[in-house]
Amino acid sequence: MKIHIAKGRVIDPASQLDAEQDLFIADGKIVARGAAPEGFKADKLIDAAGLIVAPGLVDLSARLREPGFEYRATLESEMQAAMAGGITSLACPPDTDPVLDEPGLVEMLCFRAKKLHCAHVYPVAALTTKLEGKRITEMAELVEAGCVAFSQVNTPLVDTQVLMRAMQYAATFGFRVWLQPIDPFLARAGVAHDGEVASRMGLAGIPVEAETIALETYLSLAKLTGVKLHITRISSAAALACIERARAGGLDVTCDVAVHHLHLCDNDIGYFDPQCYVIPPLRSQRDRAALRAGLASGKINAVCSDHTPVDDDGKQMPFAEAEPGMTGLELLLPLTLKWALEEKQPLLQALARVTAASAGIMGITKGGHLGVGARADVCIFNPDAWRKVTRDSLRSQGKNTPFLGLELPGEVRYTLVEGRVMYSAAA
Amino acid sequence: MLNPQLTQDGRLRHLLTLDGLPKSILAEILDIAAPFTDVAEREVKKLPLLRGKSVFNVFFENSTRTRTTFEIAAKRLSADVINLNVSTSSTSKGETLLDTVDNLCAMGADMFVMRHASSGAPYLLAQHLRATGRDHISVVNAGDGRHAHPTQGLLDMYTIRHYKQDFTRLTVAVVGDVLHSRVARSEIAALTTLGVPEVRVIAPKTLLPTDVERMGVRVFHNMEEGLKGVDVVMMLRLQNERMQGALLPSSQEYFKFYGLTQEKLALAAKDAIVLHPGPMNRGVEIDSAVADGANAVILPQVTFGIAVRMAVMSMLAAGN
Amino acid sequence: MNLPDANQLRDLLVEQIRAAIKPETLIIGIHSGGAWVAEYLHRQLGVATPLGTLDVAFYRDDYASRGLHKSRKSTIPVDIEGRDVILVDDVLYSGRTTRAALNEIFDYGRPARVDLAVLIDRGGRQLPIAARFCAHVLAAPLPPESKLSLQRDDAGNFSLEVKSA
Repeated sequence: MKIHIAKGRVIDPASQLDAEQDLFIADGKIVARGAAPEGFKADKLIDAAGLIVAPGLVDLSARLREPGFEYRATLESEMQAAMAGGITSLACPPDTDPVLDEPGLVEMLCFRAKKLHCAHVYPVAALTTKLEGKRITEMAELVEAGCVAFSQVNTPLVDTQVLMRAMQYAATFGFRVWLQPIDPFLARAGVAHDGEVASRMGLAGIPVEAETIALETYLSLAKLTGVKLHITRISSAAALACIERARAGGLDVTCDVAVHHLHLCDNDIGYFDPQCYVIPPLRSQRDRAALRAGLASGKINAVCSDHTPVDDDGKQMPFAEAEPGMTGLELLLPLTLKWALEEKQPLLQALARVTAASAGIMGITKGGHLGVGARADVCIFNPDAWRKVTRDSLRSQGKNTPFLGLELPGEVRYTLVEGRVMYSAAA
Repeated sequence: MLNPQLTQDGRLRHLLTLDGLPKSILAEILDIAAPFTDVAEREVKKLPLLRGKSVFNVFFENSTRTRTTFEIAAKRLSADVINLNVSTSSTSKGETLLDTVDNLCAMGADMFVMRHASSGAPYLLAQHLRATGRDHISVVNAGDGRHAHPTQGLLDMYTIRHYKQDFTRLTVAVVGDVLHSRVARSEIAALTTLGVPEVRVIAPKTLLPTDVERMGVRVFHNMEEGLKGVDVVMMLRLQNERMQGALLPSSQEYFKFYGLTQEKLALAAKDAIVLHPGPMNRGVEIDSAVADGANAVILPQVTFGIAVRMAVMSMLAAGN
Repeated sequence: MNLPDANQLRDLLVEQIRAAIKPETLIIGIHSGGAWVAEYLHRQLGVATPLGTLDVAFYRDDYASRGLHKSRKSTIPVDIEGRDVILVDDVLYSGRTTRAALNEIFDYGRPARVDLAVLIDRGGRQLPIAARFCAHVLAAPLPPESKLSLQRDDAGNFSLEVKSA
């Protein structure tokens, strides 16, 4: 199938391109930009006039809820959501049931995902078996099976000796380690940012120090072991300052932020809205401002959806008893665009945070850009169309988001995966 | 965001918290409670205000004392009262809170009095009633987690007004485990709203929530300093399990530094009153000599508590 | 419209009641106009038993539509059991206030007899209630949108007032 995407404004952060150009696709790859290659005869013409033609988004964290939590969401439903959100590559964390800690489970997930021909799924495997923090997993075999990184997700590794060994072992092979900074003792039983809001509401608090203390430990051990460390979902100004200090000391470390942390803070919990219960917690307005600025300056490398579909039963509970997390696959692009509009960031910069930068953190080279020869994963969207988020508009099985009812910018018109149109919006 | 406990024209729909409740409504509740105090002295200790209404006391956390005062209040208003200790029945079988509530609605509930161990649980209930078109059913928060215990806060205000009349000339100290106390949060919210110029909290740092000063209080760690010249001492109950973690070393040490004794009380104003929400831990947060002494108004608090709860229930029934 | 002089009506009422008064008779006024009338009757008739007052807000059948407001304490200063009671109100209209007052009185005990005394009957009864003592009956009932009420000035003089909604 040969596709000609005509008259679109092509934005490819990897090559710093932002210009009206035509794009030519054949055999699942991008074969030319600008002028058609000789003898190119399109089977399909996509008129992209007035639209942005960008690389398909690369999401650093999307829970697909398989295996183990199929009642919350299935691979099928979440893949549809990814397509509707313009996301063509995604990393899925290992906190499934069973935990992704064996090559067989990873192969199975990759196989199931491939059969659907939707987004490319890149599993992140557990750093320790069952995420228990005692024994390291078979990292080399897991990478052969298709893993891109190793993580403890939200189950912090308490034993620093195990953590150091895990980092040493990963560093031996040059594997990536992604860690969420949580001190389990300071965060114990906590459900909200430890500040005035939580104090007034009588919610157990998670102090910023629960993030920074763990973070300092990770950074010290990364320096010691030379591991390729990526810090996931930072939530506070203090955490960003820690990372900046480590970088000034010569450490090469990357970090990301969840897209909802750019827009929400602890005040948004309002009258105990369980939709605002997330890990790490929504912090103060000052923290939010620092995260927004940090993403703009590039100190925060990437932004992700941290997609966590939760069914209504899991959310219709008293705040602290509810399941944490927000649905996000279909909100990543709109919320990133909203941030860019509000912070007056050029689209090229904004899209870099959800394409080239996140692809770099995952270590994938065939996706996340529109260079000639790259996989033809493309997201074509109208940045000026504002759409209302409703339960019906979301294809994800998770309707859990405080953004329900709000209008957000950005309407995905086409999503292409390896040169196939996998999603097109009704005009 | 709509305030879930007020109607659009600013009347009381539910009573969920005192934080953010307008001064006029607080004062109105206290005013309406006044004539209810002497119903107990009548031949027939009943008023017909809630006749034919079903009040469900739904307690997800056990508390015989609070449940009983609500029960008496509802019965004095001629309501039919149904008590449910949910902690011992359905939730252990996996039924969710909202399932339980839906069942009780189907049985014809007009009002829920709810106690729950989780902060904010009554909000979930109020939102659910609204979402399912059952807005006519009111919710009274009888204590949720560490968040609020509004009727206790109100009865404390009633007691203070009874003995001290004018809130705007008082210095009030709240002493003890503010961190875990829903009573303290409701008291502080009511005292600051009613115009008490100085509200103090007295506790070790381990028992104070982060940024407690932002609630409009002055923080003291030394009890002798904190009690100096105060007109009202509001003691908080210290749960025994607080001794097990790293919050406090022992009840003996706590009593020595933060227990209310006659000697410490002597630093307060001569006519200071001492309140306690009960049940008291004598020898832990309060000395028997004080608890039974001339300054204590702990038993009148219980009596006023019934009148205040009658006022809240009848206002909710009238507002709907 | 022409309303009678309320000061004359109250004296007329005193004379109507005088023969029915015994030393143990308890006079109870309904807040607020009825309490003023009761106070006057009590003084003029020299009744030995202290005066009682009722605020029937908690007993009204329409409080759910009117809302609950700050009310005064009801005061029944003596044991009501077996006593003759004269219940006093300013204006008799639907009869609902009287019904509420009767209910409240019976929550205090069982009186031997209750009589109703009013300054003026404006018609429009919705309950089978009649006053034994009544100083004036309006020739034609007032329409429902009119509000007839008793006023008392600083000197203690009464006057009647009609307002149309």
